[in-house]
Amino acid sequence: MELAIKHRADGTRRVPPMKFALWVGLASISMMFAGFISAYIVRMAAGNWLEFELPSLFMASTMMIIMSSLTLHGAFISFRAQKEMRYKGLLVISVMLGLSFVILQYLGWMDLQSIGIDLKGNPSGAFVYMISGVHVAHVIGGIAVLVVALLHAFGLPFIVTQKRIERLDLTCQYWHYVDVLWVVLFLFLTYYR
Amino acid sequence: MADVVEDVQAQEKLIEELGYDDHFHEHHKQDKYASGFISKYVFSQDHKIIAKQFLITGMIWAIIGSAMSVIFRMQLGFPEESLTWIKPLLGKWITVDANGMGTLNPEFYYALVTMHGTIIVFFVLTAGLSGTFSNLLIPLQLGSRDMASPFLNMLSYWFFFLASIIMFTSLFLNTGPFSGGWVAYPPLSALPEASSGSKAGMTLWTMSLVFFVVSVLLGGVNYITTVLNLRTKGMSMFRMPLSIWAFFITAIIALLSFPVLVSAFLMLILDRGLGTSFFLSEIFIGGQALDHVGGSPILYQHLFWFLGHPEVYIIILPAMGLVSEVLSVHSRKPIFGYTAMVLSMMAIAFLSFLVWAHHMFMSGVNPFISSIFVIFTLIIAVPSAVKVFNWIATVYKGNIRLVTPCLFAIGFVSMFISGGLTGIFLGSSAIDIQLHDTYFVVAHFHIVMGVAAFFGMFAGIYHWYPKMYGRFMNETLGKIHFWGTMIGAYVIFWPMHYLGMAGVPRRYYKFDTFQAFADFSDMNKFITIGAIIVFGVQLIFVINFFYSIWRGKKQTTKNPWGASTLEWTTPIRPGHGNWPGKIPSVHRWAYDYSKGEREVITQIEPIGEDEKLDSH
Repeated sequence: MELAIKHRADGTRRVPPMKFALWVGLASISMMFAGFISAYIVRMAAGNWLEFELPSLFMASTMMIIMSSLTLHGAFISFRAQKEMRYKGLLVISVMLGLSFVILQYLGWMDLQSIGIDLKGNPSGAFVYMISGVHVAHVIGGIAVLVVALLHAFGLPFIVTQKRIERLDLTCQYWHYVDVLWVVLFLFLTYYR
Repeated sequence: MADVVEDVQAQEKLIEELGYDDHFHEHHKQDKYASGFISKYVFSQDHKIIAKQFLITGMIWAIIGSAMSVIFRMQLGFPEESLTWIKPLLGKWITVDANGMGTLNPEFYYALVTMHGTIIVFFVLTAGLSGTFSNLLIPLQLGSRDMASPFLNMLSYWFFFLASIIMFTSLFLNTGPFSGGWVAYPPLSALPEASSGSKAGMTLWTMSLVFFVVSVLLGGVNYITTVLNLRTKGMSMFRMPLSIWAFFITAIIALLSFPVLVSAFLMLILDRGLGTSFFLSEIFIGGQALDHVGGSPILYQHLFWFLGHPEVYIIILPAMGLVSEVLSVHSRKPIFGYTAMVLSMMAIAFLSFLVWAHHMFMSGVNPFISSIFVIFTLIIAVPSAVKVFNWIATVYKGNIRLVTPCLFAIGFVSMFISGGLTGIFLGSSAIDIQLHDTYFVVAHFHIVMGVAAFFGMFAGIYHWYPKMYGRFMNETLGKIHFWGTMIGAYVIFWPMHYLGMAGVPRRYYKFDTFQAFADFSDMNKFITIGAIIVFGVQLIFVINFFYSIWRGKKQTTKNPWGASTLEWTTPIRPGHGNWPGKIPSVHRWAYDYSKGEREVITQIEPIGEDEKLDSH
């Protein structure tokens, strides 16, 4: 899969085109969540809104995903610094943390279910399920990309090339994005009820 | 045009001397782009092939979508006539009574109206117009080898194809395709028990459109990245042709507004499938109370029109860009007010996000909020008028060649003025009380974004046909096509303004129970006859298009229109990578026509010593 025809005619290369394309795509994803959030705000302003506490597991999952971002960043730095073992180890840890985020979110939904907040009934609950659910879908997409990175890490000989740095960089950028996105959503859902 | 031909030969030398060598062909010899039939014509990653794929898929949809309108126009124009003859096509949707009188099923009438709107708005005027010309022209006019990501570009087309297949399948469902209007307002769209079209038809409709949005976004990411990152040497942003500006701004609008539509669709899907109540409040249906509580259907309208209004600019901006280009080339004059054109497009794009509630004046929106939306809506008239003024000023005293693409471009301006003026009426929330949901609205948006966008598209097709196929379309058939469509479009939509002002509501199956509307049955007949003729005229275009691919007049010179932009510096049939050797470098803006003694100076020519250096 050859992604880019890279050339800048004047010889300078600022942002690699694929990285820029990723940012544009992320802006687009952000707009979808902005759609959800504005629907949430408008619907809440209309009254008849059920208030409830978010499950404490969401706090734990937030910690997990923030940590995974840090470890992934560490993996990226190690890769560039040619530290093979640290790169591979941190990459594995990042994937595990990512998976645990998804599991914790799932357990969090179970907790919500058990206190009587379900998809049906007052939309305030449905909004939480939907917003966190669509976010998890994006995290799972991120995990898929991380798995590809894992395959590269363990399947290919350890050679640090510009192309592989760029590729890992894209993976990291997306992962940091879903991380920051969740922190924003979490804070929003916690404080705007 | 002898001097133009000579220029073309000099061009090759210019590219060789001043061009930029990216060593493209050293890496790409015998590459996967050109090997084998499948990778060359089917799963192609070449932007020119992808453009043709978008165009031809769009044309097929245009034929289906407009054929649907002919059928429901026959119902409106001739409600008493038997439609038995069309039963072989529509099957059970035509009910034949004992006397052999065939009537169109009312449920299916709504499905036709819905599908007509969905197909034309999304599949033809978004994918077929912006998909085709963004793909064709962005790399060619910017001087790049291909899109930033040819692979994502290919995916973009195939997601559109998938969306098409799903939508096409829904036409054959036993319960019929979705029938709740192209806007798919809940609760009608959210409740499968509300109408037969809201059952499987709606499920497929939402699936199809979600895939469609994925296609638009993949395309848009590519367009934006390519425009910002892959311009050739010397091609600064303000030397880009206006067509590229239009595609660029269109892609930005699409990327910001379509995701919001997806969020609305996701909520709708959850309401339909999992029993959530985002858009559904306490509802009785068939005497039964549903267990949905606390939702708001108006919320859907807000989300939908937050896309829906920018969507009309997603449709019209590419047409505007193409028209600017075509008018300037064929009137042999620089575009008037280039910078003003760019700024107007930016202003339109910005304002398009602030006017969505003008579609909802009568939905119970607070009148004080309405007045804000009225103001922003009327402000959009300003940049639109700037553009119209500039087009007219471009043509004024030009050395106009009245070839088919030019005629369509002039027709576009005419349509945009007529339709734009009625927009000012509808943008006023007070007048909207009378006019909302009437044929006045139908007339307005068909002229300003339907017919006008089609005219832009036709101008583009006739103009860039040689670039796509190395041949010309037949000029006589083209002129018949233009005059038939131009006169026909006014014949169809002009009378609708009167219907609308008299209060005739849109979307109705027939009007026989309304004494007040009985006077209009002749007018409805007139409109229907016009629609049938115009449909026939479009078939001439389709025949001309496919005939000319193989039998059209051959293109013998590289730059048959004498245009200044880069796409005409490639070989007549450009291969993968567009330029055989180096990429041309750019030394001036795209509109040096009739400068001094010379009819046209291409962008690749350096500024001469005796030339006055202008701001571009």
